Amino acid sequence: MRVIRLLAVSWLFHVKQLSRSSFDCFLAICWPIFFATVAFFMFRAGGDPEALVYASLGAAVMGIWTATSVSAGSALQRERWHGTLELLVAAPTHFSLILLPLAFATSAIGVYCMATTFIWGRVLFGIELPIEHPLLFAISIPAAILSIGALGFLIAVAFARYRSSWALGSMTEYPIWLICGFLVPLTLLPDWVRPISWALAPTWGMRAIRESSTGGTPLPDVAMCLALGATYVAIGVVLTETVLRAARNKASLSLT
Amino acid sequence: MTVSLRIFFIGGLTAYRGLINWLSPWIFFPTLIIAPIFQILLFVFIGRSAGTESDEFYVIGNAVQYASIPCLFSMTHAIAGERYQGTLTYILVTPAGRLPLFLGRALPVIVNAMFVSAFSLLVSALLLGIDIPVSAWGPIALVIFVSAFSCTGLGLVCAGIGLRVRETAVLNNVLFGLLLVFTGANIPLEQMPGWMEAIAVRVPLTHGIQAARDLAEGASLGSVAGLIATEAVIGAVYVFLGYQLLLFMERESRKRASLEVA
Repeated sequence: MRVIRLLAVSWLFHVKQLSRSSFDCFLAICWPIFFATVAFFMFRAGGDPEALVYASLGAAVMGIWTATSVSAGSALQRERWHGTLELLVAAPTHFSLILLPLAFATSAIGVYCMATTFIWGRVLFGIELPIEHPLLFAISIPAAILSIGALGFLIAVAFARYRSSWALGSMTEYPIWLICGFLVPLTLLPDWVRPISWALAPTWGMRAIRESSTGGTPLPDVAMCLALGATYVAIGVVLTETVLRAARNKASLSLT
Repeated sequence: MTVSLRIFFIGGLTAYRGLINWLSPWIFFPTLIIAPIFQILLFVFIGRSAGTESDEFYVIGNAVQYASIPCLFSMTHAIAGERYQGTLTYILVTPAGRLPLFLGRALPVIVNAMFVSAFSLLVSALLLGIDIPVSAWGPIALVIFVSAFSCTGLGLVCAGIGLRVRETAVLNNVLFGLLLVFTGANIPLEQMPGWMEAIAVRVPLTHGIQAARDLAEGASLGSVAGLIATEAVIGAVYVFLGYQLLLFMERESRKRASLEVA
């Protein structure tokens, strides 16, 4: 019960904190809108209305990843700047329980972008989203957000010992957009890319959202997305131990 | 004259190295080497999916457009960054001429932007098997230089704003996004609504991108001279505006004692 309370309170705290940052809100709301606009123009020029719906759904999820990749990537560096990293690591609570709600908060901020992108596409480009299975659509979105947050958690831990972790997080933005099929069908990518796509939870989250929107069967994709997300969390927890042990051994946690 | 040249070249380089000291390989490689290549790949694949323009269209458009990242961010920080380091007062109290003082910092920015743009163009062209004639690379390098100069002019405007506004990173990102939409890097100008096209022809990079595309398709340097000249004029206008804004902000900050505020 204490763990659940910790996760919930921390998540809410970080969502509030991120919502007050003009940079994070810009990342979540405006940044993907530029890319969505370009993609809408390109697909509209292609003349296929279904492709526009495809792009609209993809562009909406792109924002979740944008909000997560930079913010989660730089989460520990931010704590370093605030001078709170050592205190958090020294706390009796396992450090991964502190980091996990932060990562989920960054991906939850992406909901702003989802809403904005849908409205943007509807108002400016006349894209009407067919939501064939509203309930499954409502399940698919949190599943995608959770799995993206889990990937953000893994990135946050993996980049813990890099001062420039925000740049490394930012570096993953375009590749994930591309490889996870947000705007481009996976069939267009080279064959060797597909196994990488399948190992990435956002691929399945994106598929689940599309399937529920267009009337397919999203539940297997939701299950796959959540399973991969849980795997990332498990790897992240183990990695947290390793990273913190190495940082303690070398007295390099603060990276001063 | 010698003093002004020293301030322009040596002072500019020293200030750039001092203020952009955070651009370590750990930042340079992910943001200015990897990211532009993936931006190009992203739009190439979207283009293939949408069935619109050729790969070459997106490769050249995005490679030139990505010069805006170093131009905007570095130029802004090369001046506005003085405030964060607590050195802005010392800089502005010197009798040094403001023109070489501010513009000297633009030169390393342009060189960096040229490298980023040319490198991403070369690597993407190799990755995607795009055949750009060897004879076109020289003129394309010239176009990239003019485009980087032009966009650095816009960066100078941001630097002026940065003397009063705290969130320069947000401002630079907004401008990068707008340039992505309006420069024709991914959307042909003729597909834009009239009002967008009217903006597109007035922002940096649009004419440079068009010139680079024409050169890659075998046009001679002479035939794109008009586009290059227009790009250079647009750049000069932005440099002028940016310089005037810097002078204005300096005067205002003295009047209102707001130099270190923002």
